[in-house]
Amino acid sequence: MRIAAIGCEPLQLRRVHLEDSQTLDVYRRNGGYEALKKVLDGMSPDDVINEVKKSSLRGRGGAGFPTGMKWSFVPKDSPKPKYVVCNADESEPGTFKDRYLMERDPHMLIEGMLIAAYALNSKTCYIYTRGEYKYLIDIMDVALEEARKAGLLGDKILGTDFSCEIHTHTGAGAYICGEETALLSSLEGLRGHPRMKPPFPAVSGLYAAPTVVNNVETLTAVPDIIKMGGEAYQKLGTEKSGGTKLWSVSGHVKLPGVYELPMGYDDMEKFIMEDCGGMLNDKQLKACIPGGSSVYIMRADQIIGKDVRMDYEGLVAAGSSVGSGGFIVMDETVDVFESTKNLTEFYKHESCGWCTPCREGTDWLVKVFKRIENGGGRPDDAQLMLDLVDNIEGKSFCPLGDAASWPIQSAIKRFPEDFKRRLSTDFTD
Amino acid sequence: MSTQIVNIQPLSQPVDLGVEAATFSPEVEAEIDRHLAKYPVIRSAILPLMFIVQRERGYLDPPGVLYLANRLKVRVTDIWEVATFYSMIHTQPIGKYHIQVCKTLSCKIMGAGKVTEHCSQKLGIKVGETTADGRFTLSEVECLGSCGTAPMFQIGFDYHENLTPEKIDQILDKLP
Repeated sequence: MRIAAIGCEPLQLRRVHLEDSQTLDVYRRNGGYEALKKVLDGMSPDDVINEVKKSSLRGRGGAGFPTGMKWSFVPKDSPKPKYVVCNADESEPGTFKDRYLMERDPHMLIEGMLIAAYALNSKTCYIYTRGEYKYLIDIMDVALEEARKAGLLGDKILGTDFSCEIHTHTGAGAYICGEETALLSSLEGLRGHPRMKPPFPAVSGLYAAPTVVNNVETLTAVPDIIKMGGEAYQKLGTEKSGGTKLWSVSGHVKLPGVYELPMGYDDMEKFIMEDCGGMLNDKQLKACIPGGSSVYIMRADQIIGKDVRMDYEGLVAAGSSVGSGGFIVMDETVDVFESTKNLTEFYKHESCGWCTPCREGTDWLVKVFKRIENGGGRPDDAQLMLDLVDNIEGKSFCPLGDAASWPIQSAIKRFPEDFKRRLSTDFTD
Repeated sequence: MSTQIVNIQPLSQPVDLGVEAATFSPEVEAEIDRHLAKYPVIRSAILPLMFIVQRERGYLDPPGVLYLANRLKVRVTDIWEVATFYSMIHTQPIGKYHIQVCKTLSCKIMGAGKVTEHCSQKLGIKVGETTADGRFTLSEVECLGSCGTAPMFQIGFDYHENLTPEKIDQILDKLP
């Protein structure tokens, strides 16, 4: 597996190749905790939020919400404690970047969280890590202890009046807990059911107190934003999508891995065919899901020769979206009916059961897929699936319903041939 | 017409599981205390504590459930409610080595099916079954965040990636 920066100086991946990169010593010798020092040496919480706003950093977990704006929603006058929660529940199929950030550079996350905590006047932070990543919790615990001993965590950080504690927390195998309100339910010791918004977590989150939930990659971008200034960070990317982005590449390429690209990297075709080493066994590209399993699947002809720009706006224009940056490349041997069935089974398994459209809809869809697979396809099945999806999309309690819908909608529309041949007669899309 | 008297117990009434609560060594109790100290609301420690009970007792059994209810000052049903939501919490005994083959898209297109098949043949069990000696349980699970190193499985908490039949044999044969 390859870990590399393409088209930019490595920012988030700056230290991952160094020996003992997970240690405080290596982190500090390579610019670590300078941003925290800069913040504590004379920036006000509002200064920090303004820099993050200027950076155009958008949430890297999948929704892409502007981070600075999210932070500014936390009410300053609230008498309640405030919480910063790191979403390390990375479970979106095709996504594995946060894992390597935490494994190789845990102090970058700690520093990012401390700066966020300072900006939001929070004294307690939690890192919610998916249960399967137990080894990462162990790595984080060691790093937190190192930081505590060095006066970088706990009471009176670096001799200032700023005190903050960070704790690790484990999930236990539930995709839904990557949704921020479900994550907070889980962190409170409940079933991981999402909650009604509003109130948004910024107003009423963990223990009904103001809470900011940010993805690992979002928080690890913060130290660099502070060090170089929000404007300089934004300029690494495009106007609306600042900075760099990590892409987790998997599937049929010669060099799968984690790639850091500037936002607005100019050509998705070049990225697959050159940067990722090209197609495995030199087969033909058939399809690509660029943003984790929940986004629209793209046909090869939407990519080849189309100069698809890799940022939030560019991918939407090309017919998909950035999502979590989980890039799944599929060659000509893949049957999109089967790949869509696979993902639908995933969503059925991970639906939390809270709302009817998602719980019943995903179950029904899997039944239809299985019936078709077993030779029982009917002419109107494609329409049936689209109708079912139409009853889930936008009508479920949380975005998991949308996430389950989009792969099916786009697959039927863009790869009708893989569905048609299983249904008794032709259909028009 | 006779009236039947129905006694409705208040919700706070302890449920009698017919077992004694589990007990743990002072070291484990200290570990549990460290987790409880992290949260202003102790119920938050439910998942970390469930993993400890599982580690110590093999699975979340009724004595373990009762222990957690007492320790977290919640009802037994609160423990079951959470335990049954999360796929990594086991309320039934499982094998010493839990082989969890990732079956989601990236692993599937890179040969997850062959990994499952190979394990199944080698161990003589189907997916969802445990070997007669209680050593191995074979499961297929959803995405484990190892897509760039597919196909893969996790045994317990250990990641094993870029699997081939030879590599699987080596890994399984080496287990103590």
